[in-house]
Amino acid sequence: MNRTIEEINEKIRSGKAVVANAEEVIGIVREKGLSRAAREIDVVTTGTFAPMCSSSAYFNIGHSRPRIKLGGGRAYLNDVPAYTGFAAVDLLIGANALPDDDPRNRVHPGEFNYGGGHVIEELVAGKDIRLVATAYGTDCYPRKRLETWLNIKDLNEAVLFDMRNSYQNYNVAVNTSDKVIYTYMGMLKPRLGNANYCSAGQLSPLLNDPYYKTIGIGTRIFLGGGTGFVAWQGTQHNPAVPRTAGGVPKGGAGTLAVIGDLKQMDARWLVGTSMLGYGCTLTVGLGVPIPILSEEILQYTAVSDADILAPIVDYSGPYPQRQPETMGEVSYAELKSGRIKVAGKEVPTASLSSYPRALEIANILKEWIQSGRFLLTQPVAPLPGVESGIVFKPLQERPIEG
Amino acid sequence: MTVAKKIVLRFPRRMIDRPIVYLLVKDYGLEFNILKASVTPEAEGLMVMELKGDRKQYDKGIQFLLKTGVQIEALSREVTRNEARCTSCGACVTICPAGAFVLEPQSRKIQFLGEKCIACGLCIKACPPRAMEVHF
Repeated sequence: MNRTIEEINEKIRSGKAVVANAEEVIGIVREKGLSRAAREIDVVTTGTFAPMCSSSAYFNIGHSRPRIKLGGGRAYLNDVPAYTGFAAVDLLIGANALPDDDPRNRVHPGEFNYGGGHVIEELVAGKDIRLVATAYGTDCYPRKRLETWLNIKDLNEAVLFDMRNSYQNYNVAVNTSDKVIYTYMGMLKPRLGNANYCSAGQLSPLLNDPYYKTIGIGTRIFLGGGTGFVAWQGTQHNPAVPRTAGGVPKGGAGTLAVIGDLKQMDARWLVGTSMLGYGCTLTVGLGVPIPILSEEILQYTAVSDADILAPIVDYSGPYPQRQPETMGEVSYAELKSGRIKVAGKEVPTASLSSYPRALEIANILKEWIQSGRFLLTQPVAPLPGVESGIVFKPLQERPIEG
Repeated sequence: MTVAKKIVLRFPRRMIDRPIVYLLVKDYGLEFNILKASVTPEAEGLMVMELKGDRKQYDKGIQFLLKTGVQIEALSREVTRNEARCTSCGACVTICPAGAFVLEPQSRKIQFLGEKCIACGLCIKACPPRAMEVHF
């Protein structure tokens, strides 16, 4: 059994495509067997909804009269600094950006109630955003100060760009120290008080296509409630990691860089997020369709939580000190049972990634495909695979002398 | 009929040295379990307790407290969840010391059980989308 993306699109156009989400497909393959299921299913939809810290939005605000060159100046959106290192009226805001007067962790743990992720959420929700900018003035761009309300509907372009998300698997975070620690993996209670994980597991896009055989540059995706595209491999993309017999990476591996039209998106799927004692971020909804081109591809999508292993990492010492040791491996099925065993101790688990929302995304994407409004794309280039020779390098510091 | 309710008591400054809770036991035969107690820098006392006893005696005890000038609030009203902001991620589940957040195994949605909440406030800032709200 082999089919092409064009054949699948033909079925989508005629409303006949058979689509299953990445949870349903597990049972279908188990019940019908691989070859029968592969003959029947055209597309498997995946989803994930979790904090994705490398998210950003960029936009063009239009030229003021007289003109101002924000490039090289300073700009604030609801007091959150935006990046101005571009041409006259292009701005970029990162999800982690914080107001200059935010106390951060000066009183630990800092609350981080409002940052770049919240600005992006409010912008998408159609709320007015306050821009305050200063510039140095030139002959062609004389203005030095600009204060105005901005609204997404008036922007020329508004684009979500995320240089790394959809991590293919991730650490399970624990704390073996005697005090509470506050991390990007949430609040970790002392003496193995809890274990936090962050992956949609069996629904997660790259865990359903572990060798990037269908997901590549140019793949059309669900992004933030609208459609977007895979733009590139994400930063820290690291395919050559240890894998299970089924090909599933046993820790953080591949990542995606994605892009999409912010004007189509919905604040339900882009949620400003505060990690106590850590910072602000954006929780992003993303879903990728996987075309069932062969039995092999279907086999990958039938991966279940029991088949996916994640490393348990101590965030009280080894993680911040970049030491490689882990405290063992655990499957997502065990994590989702609510308790795991770490160093002989029963530890309650919690997730930072919303499985119900991930499932909702996979189902929305399924509905889009079934109703003919979402066609699949053929990647224009593959993501670097295991054989690419990519090595995720740590920083080799070189002291700067004299 | 026996009732058991969790309540928040606020003692004005002039009352923090009076043995009010003792009188609930002595005069009304009520059982109490103190979940949280503190005195603010303004010397106002705050106590969160579970109060249990015969329905009639319980009501009389509450009347007594009100007459003394203590402000009473029902605990279940103290912390609420903004359903529109909750994403059911689950970060709260292991943070809550009272087990007020329960993961439904099938849907994997997070239930908030107001009756289990002790209003400690730990979830307020530990909730990534800030869906938990405290009301005084």
